[in-house]
Amino acid sequence: MIASADTTQQEQPEHAITTEKLNLWYGTFQAMFDIDLKIKNGIITSMIGPSGCGKSTFLRSVNRINERLGYVRIDGSINVFDHNIYDPAVELVQVRKQIGMVFQRPNPLPVSIRDNVLFGHRLHNKGNEAAKKNQDEIVEESLRQVLLWDQVKDKLNHKATELSLEEQQKLCIARLLPVKPRVLLMDEPCSALDPKGTAAVEELIWELRGKYTILIVTHNMAQARRASDECIFMLMGKVVEHSATEDLFVTPKNKQTADYIEGRYG
Amino acid sequence: MSSVAGKTPNIDFDRRNLDWYIDKLVQFLVFIGGISAIVFVIGIFIFITIEGFGFLLEGFSFKEFFLSPYWEPSDEDAPEFGILALVAGTASVTGLAMLVAIPFSLGAAIYVGEFATGKTREYLKILVELLAAIPSVVWGFIGLSIMNPLIIDLFDVPVGLNVLNAGVILGLMAAPIMTSIAEDALKAVPDRYREAAEALGATRWQVIFKTVIPAAKNGLLGAVLLGVGRGFGETMAVLMATGHAVNIPGSVFDSVRALTATIAAELGETAVGSEHYQALFTIGIFLFLITFVINLTADLIVRGIRKQ
Repeated sequence: MIASADTTQQEQPEHAITTEKLNLWYGTFQAMFDIDLKIKNGIITSMIGPSGCGKSTFLRSVNRINERLGYVRIDGSINVFDHNIYDPAVELVQVRKQIGMVFQRPNPLPVSIRDNVLFGHRLHNKGNEAAKKNQDEIVEESLRQVLLWDQVKDKLNHKATELSLEEQQKLCIARLLPVKPRVLLMDEPCSALDPKGTAAVEELIWELRGKYTILIVTHNMAQARRASDECIFMLMGKVVEHSATEDLFVTPKNKQTADYIEGRYG
Repeated sequence: MSSVAGKTPNIDFDRRNLDWYIDKLVQFLVFIGGISAIVFVIGIFIFITIEGFGFLLEGFSFKEFFLSPYWEPSDEDAPEFGILALVAGTASVTGLAMLVAIPFSLGAAIYVGEFATGKTREYLKILVELLAAIPSVVWGFIGLSIMNPLIIDLFDVPVGLNVLNAGVILGLMAAPIMTSIAEDALKAVPDRYREAAEALGATRWQVIFKTVIPAAKNGLLGAVLLGVGRGFGETMAVLMATGHAVNIPGSVFDSVRALTATIAAELGETAVGSEHYQALFTIGIFLFLITFVINLTADLIVRGIRKQ
C-alpha cells in the first residue's frame, strides 16, 4: 500500500518512479521491452520519441489506466515511492489518488466547472463533513494554482465543456489537485491546443514544478527542451537514452537519439 | 508534359455515361423510399380522422368522451361513449409495466454496455434483440395460461387477468427495446469521460453512477418514453391479459380494459359508418396523437444528446 503523504514527507526519496524489467503486451503485440527507469522526485521529466514508441503506454501503465482495455499484460514492476503498484494487494483507487493524469484531449466531465474541480475530492472524502465545508476554498485554491481562477470565478456553475480547450486542459489539471497527488502524468497535454494555449499550459506546468513529480509525454521536441529537467528518449518500446534535458539535446550519447532530435526520422 | 502543353486537348466534358443515369435513378428511388414513410404516416392519420370525423362533429361531447367512465356502445336506448375507464386501464397497465421494465432494462443496459465484454456482450445483445422480436400474442398467451393461474394461486384472488398480469407482461415486453435504446445512450457517452473519472480514482460503479448515467440521462429518458409509447400502443397482449372489463381499477388485482384492446375487439363487429364505428376511430385518433407526442418527445430528447 502506498503510504499517505504526511508520513513520508520527511524522507523525500530521491526517485518517485522506478521500473524494473518492465515489459508490456497488448494482446500478442509487445509494446515495451525491459524498461528500467528511475524518475527523480519533484522535477519535470519529459518523454519523447516517434509515434508508437511506447511512451504513452509507459505513462498509462504508471497509474494503471491501461488496464481498462482488458487485454493488457504486464511483466516486471513499477514502483512509485518504493511501493510496487502492481502488487496484487494494491488498491487501484489508492494508486490513482497518488498519481493524477492529464490526457491528450482535454476531458472535463459534462458538469459545472465547480463540480469538475470537486469530482475527485468528493469521491475520496465521502461522509466527511469537514471536507464539505471548505469546498469553496478548495475550488478557489485549485483554480488559482492552475492560473484559471480569474477567468472563471464568475461562472463556476457553467458547464465545463463550454470553456476553450486551453481552459479545459487547465481545469483538468486543477481537478487533480484537491486529491493531493504526488505524481502528475501528462499525456501530450498540449497537442490539442493552439500555440497560445500551449504556452499557457507550459507556463502552468513549470509553475507546478517542485510541488509534484511531473512526467510528461510529448511529440514536440521543442516543448521537451523548454519545459523539462530530464528527458527520456524511447524508440520501438525501449529506452534509448535518459539524461538531463540539456545534455540529451546538446550532446546526445546515442546515435539514434542524435538522429531523432535532428529530425532524421520520427 | 511539354508535348501536351502546345495544343488544346479535345475533351468531351458533356459526355454522360451509364453510371450517370444509374446515379440519378438510385437517387430518385431513395427519395421515393424516404418520402413514402412521411406520406404513409400522414395518409394513415387522414384516414382515421375521416372515419372518426362524423362522430367528432355530431355525437361527440368532449366532456362525455373523456370524463365518463361508461363505455356502453351497444346500449339500445342510450349508448354511451366514455373512455375514462379505458384510459385508466391503459394508463394503469402502462404505469405498472414501466415499474417492471425500468429497473430491468436499465440494469440490463448497464451490464451489457458497461460490464460485459467480448463474446458475452455480443451474445447478450443478440438475445435482447431476440426478446424484442417475440410476437405479442405469445406474450398474451403467457399472460393467459401461465400468469393467470399463478396470480390466482399466489395472491388468492378470483381472477388472474388484471392490471398486475398485463403490467408484468407488458413490462417484460417493453424491456428489450428499452434496454437496446438505453444501451445505445450509454454507448454514446464518450469514453474520455469514463477515463477521466477512473483516473481520478473512481470505482467502476462510481464511474457509471456519477459520470456515465448523468451524461446519458437524456437518452435514458428517451428509452423510458419509448417504452411508455410501446405500452400505450400494445394491443394483443393487453387484450388477452387484462381481463377486458371496463373498469376504473382500485387495485392491481382489478380487471381493466385498454384503449387499443377496445378497438381490436369491437371494430370487426360494428356497422361501418355507425356511431360506434366512428367512436372507435376517435379513440384511434386519440391514441395516434398520444403515441405521436410521446415518440416525438423521446426522439427530440435522444437527438438532443447527440448534438451535445
